[in-house]
Amino acid sequence: MDKTVAVVGGGVAGLAAAAALNQLGYRVLLYEKEAFTGGNVRNWDRLFPKARNAREVVDELASSLTGLTEIATGTFVNSVKSTDGLFEIESSGRPAYADAVLLTTGFELFDARKKEEYGYGIFENVITSADLEKMFASSGKPLMADGSEPKKVAFIHCVGSRDEKVNKPYCSKVCCVTAVKQAVEVREALPECEVYNFYMDLRMFGTGYEQLYKEAQVKGVNFIRGRLSEANETRTHQVMIKAEDTLVSRPLQITVDLVVLMVGMSPAGSTMTILKSLGLLGNEDGFAGIANAHTGSTLTLKKGVFVAGACSGPANITDSVNEARAAALRIHQYLGGV
Amino acid sequence: MADFGYSLVKSGKTDLDTAGNALARSVSEAEPGFNLCIACGCCVATCSAGRFTNFGFRELIHRIKRGEEKLMIAEAEKCMLCGKCTLVCPRNINTRNIVLLIRKHAIIKGL
Amino acid sequence: MKQEGKRSIWNDYQKEIADDKFYYVRSCIRQNFFPGSETAFLKILREVLEKDVFDDRHHTTCTGIGYHAEVVPLETTMTVVGRNFALMKEAGYQNYVPSCVTSFGIYTEILDSWHHFPEVEARARENLDKATGRTFEIPGNLAHTSDIIFKFRNEIAAKAKYMLVNKTTGKPLRVVDHIGCHYAKMFPQKGIGGAEYPYVLAGMVEAWGGEVIDYPERRHCCGFGFRQYLVKANRGYSISCSKKKFESMEPEKPDFIIANCPGCAYFLDRWQYALAEMEGKTYGEDGHGIPSLTYEEVAGLVLGFDPWELGLQLHQVPVESLLKKMGVAYDPESKFRGANGEDLGQPESPLNLKFYE
Ligand SMILES: Cc1cc2nc3c(=O)[nH]c(=O)nc-3n(C[C@H](O)[C@H](O)[C@H](O)COP(=O)(O)OP(=O)(O)OC[C@H]3O[C@@H](n4cnc5c(N)ncnc54)[C@H](O)[C@@H]3O)c2cc1C
Ligand code: SF4
Ligand code: SF4
Ligand code: SF4
Ligand code: SF4
Ligand code: SF4
Repeated sequence: MDKTVAVVGGGVAGLAAAAALNQLGYRVLLYEKEAFTGGNVRNWDRLFPKARNAREVVDELASSLTGLTEIATGTFVNSVKSTDGLFEIESSGRPAYADAVLLTTGFELFDARKKEEYGYGIFENVITSADLEKMFASSGKPLMADGSEPKKVAFIHCVGSRDEKVNKPYCSKVCCVTAVKQAVEVREALPECEVYNFYMDLRMFGTGYEQLYKEAQVKGVNFIRGRLSEANETRTHQVMIKAEDTLVSRPLQITVDLVVLMVGMSPAGSTMTILKSLGLLGNEDGFAGIANAHTGSTLTLKKGVFVAGACSGPANITDSVNEARAAALRIHQYLGGV
Repeated sequence: MADFGYSLVKSGKTDLDTAGNALARSVSEAEPGFNLCIACGCCVATCSAGRFTNFGFRELIHRIKRGEEKLMIAEAEKCMLCGKCTLVCPRNINTRNIVLLIRKHAIIKGL
Repeated sequence: MKQEGKRSIWNDYQKEIADDKFYYVRSCIRQNFFPGSETAFLKILREVLEKDVFDDRHHTTCTGIGYHAEVVPLETTMTVVGRNFALMKEAGYQNYVPSCVTSFGIYTEILDSWHHFPEVEARARENLDKATGRTFEIPGNLAHTSDIIFKFRNEIAAKAKYMLVNKTTGKPLRVVDHIGCHYAKMFPQKGIGGAEYPYVLAGMVEAWGGEVIDYPERRHCCGFGFRQYLVKANRGYSISCSKKKFESMEPEKPDFIIANCPGCAYFLDRWQYALAEMEGKTYGEDGHGIPSLTYEEVAGLVLGFDPWELGLQLHQVPVESLLKKMGVAYDPESKFRGANGEDLGQPESPLNLKFYE
């Protein structure tokens, strides 16, 4: 068998798919626009639900690749042309051909500056969940702009999700549990620091997530059911935030040292461009369209083109990796291996 | 009737079997956004009227849906139609129109 | 505060503003609150900038207060608005310039609803036709008077006699800007700088040498809100709103407040008096209040208009502290003299708010 599969995107989904395809005997061309594989997960510190080190996950997946995978890092895929069942990959590198294409282009973080009223990029002490992961990785704790330790931190759920004002009506799925995880981590790193989570609904869908929520309560995290209407900077560069405490039906305000915006998952820009070049469409939220939600989540409407991971909608690592492996089997079927 | 020095207490629970839904129906027919609230409370947090009264737009919607029509028609009077809630509502609900429709219903029905 | 962040948002909210041939529309309250503001606006446009501004004696206000107080139904308001548009067409103008923020909000909202519901526009046309036989055209450009002054802020700066700079220290004056709710909160795209960090007044202050300062309750309503103010029993909410703002801006030690809505400038001025008398609390320097001005008054001062000609004697919080900081020449003696020099007498001094030096 001498068939080649092009995998576009070297995040956890792309890595897991490439490894599975190798095991099934396929040559894989793995494209990654960045200098390293691992995708967004490379930027996380410890993962929910059990605080596993994120690098470890990436390394495990990367080390399961065999010599059958050729990794093209620093190579951006612009488009894919299909002629008679053969796919031509147009990238910033040399042109190449493949017998099937798997899109694992993943997601991009919502640009928090678009929620102007929360002041990201304007107020000193407003950061995103991704910024906080970097702080955990570099110093093990959250820090204010002046380098000091915060005494009060607020996590704001649903920033750039469930919000028609920024054209992101969907739920990003992982940010509730990420917020709860990070809240626990702040309490552990700075036991004197008060933590408040402002949520609309706590969507704890995965195994171990509800337990994490309870752990946060045990550790003294305050949960306030209300969505922020605005944030304002004070003279001392603290942030005053306003919400309704909907459980007691009263407007509420609090001044905190650090605000963490739980930014949602937005479709990666190139997903749509590549789909279009193949004559395919995205779904209503701008992620890759799939054949059907129950039994065809890795198939597209075009034979030979497959999707996996967060490029078809918000997903955690578990689901991204599982989908990637499922896609490998589907590709195996398509290429006549079964 | 006999007075034994105590009286019967009326249940305070919402009884959806008997609650009135005329107001909720007339408003939601004219403004389907009425049904889209996710109870996030943003409107209340930003409301100019709610800071100093116990008025809240979120509660207004949900209590109308629970049949508290008379009380909520009076509550709707407190809205100043400033539109700040429209600016923040994540479901893009035309909040001001809802208040106007509540008042319109009250006038038409003579409530 | 990271200034670059704010600037990038300002860049996202640009708005087209006509540069000549304006059809000017009056506010119902502003002539009484701050009569000099309107005169200053017309004088700046006509004499300083040499623009064509038409002030039509047949036009009326937008009925906004009546609409917000629910004595005028929206349909009537739309017909009245249609009539003003018809008058503009008859006068041969296209650029509609309302001077009240609430009016601006009403026009924006009505144009938006006509755009989305043509049948509503058709009904307004029919009503207007039945009532007056007139027909209207949708304005080519709709801009608030503050948009116009914003547009010409640099021209005004080029002719400035005084800057918003403290003459003694050489430092920029610290200015708190307050934007009327209806300017951009309903339609952020229609306001310069959007709803969260409006640039319309900040741009003027910057161009004229001052420094805009932020404070936590910057976005909060001044409290005028017709329904709150018109009913006396509700006035407590109104003054409490203003108090919240004063308390929040006080630590910033602002030199003055600038507002783009007649209601806001007025209430931020008068409530300081009421708060001083009710609670003995003042928010400016040693017993003084914080002067609260309209942008036209500020533009007028910058251009060297006489403060009393600008009507600044009508402020409850005296503006002399500001005049001194800017180095504006003025005659204290003529503060309370009529146009013909006649002595109008001196107002009684409030108990707690310093009125005379
Ligand atoms: C703040 C935050 C914390 C999270 N924490 C956890 C956690 O603790 N546990 C958990 O299970 N999940 C977590 N997640 C979710 C997790 O990040 C995703 O499940 C995972 O990243 C999805 O992997 P992916 O490979 O599908 O996409 P990505 O990680 O987005 O990888 C896609 C890759 O494709 C590349 N690419 C895109 N377009 C092109 C192109 N045109 N050419 C070449 N390369 C391209 C990108 O550079 C990227 O490397 C978190 C998410 C967020 C936002
Ligand atoms: S997972 Fe939670 S925080 Fe994220 S969008 Fe959904 S509800 Fe909001
Ligand atoms: S609402 Fe009552 S029953 Fe439910 S978790 Fe809280 S205390 Fe328990
Ligand atoms: S329109 Fe009414 S409900 Fe909405 S913020 Fe204004 S006063 Fe509150
Ligand atoms: S802001 Fe909108 S969705 Fe949120 S509670 Fe108010 S009406 Fe409901
Ligand atoms: S700030 Fe006050 S006067 Fe100005 S528009 Fe708002 S309510 Fe009206």
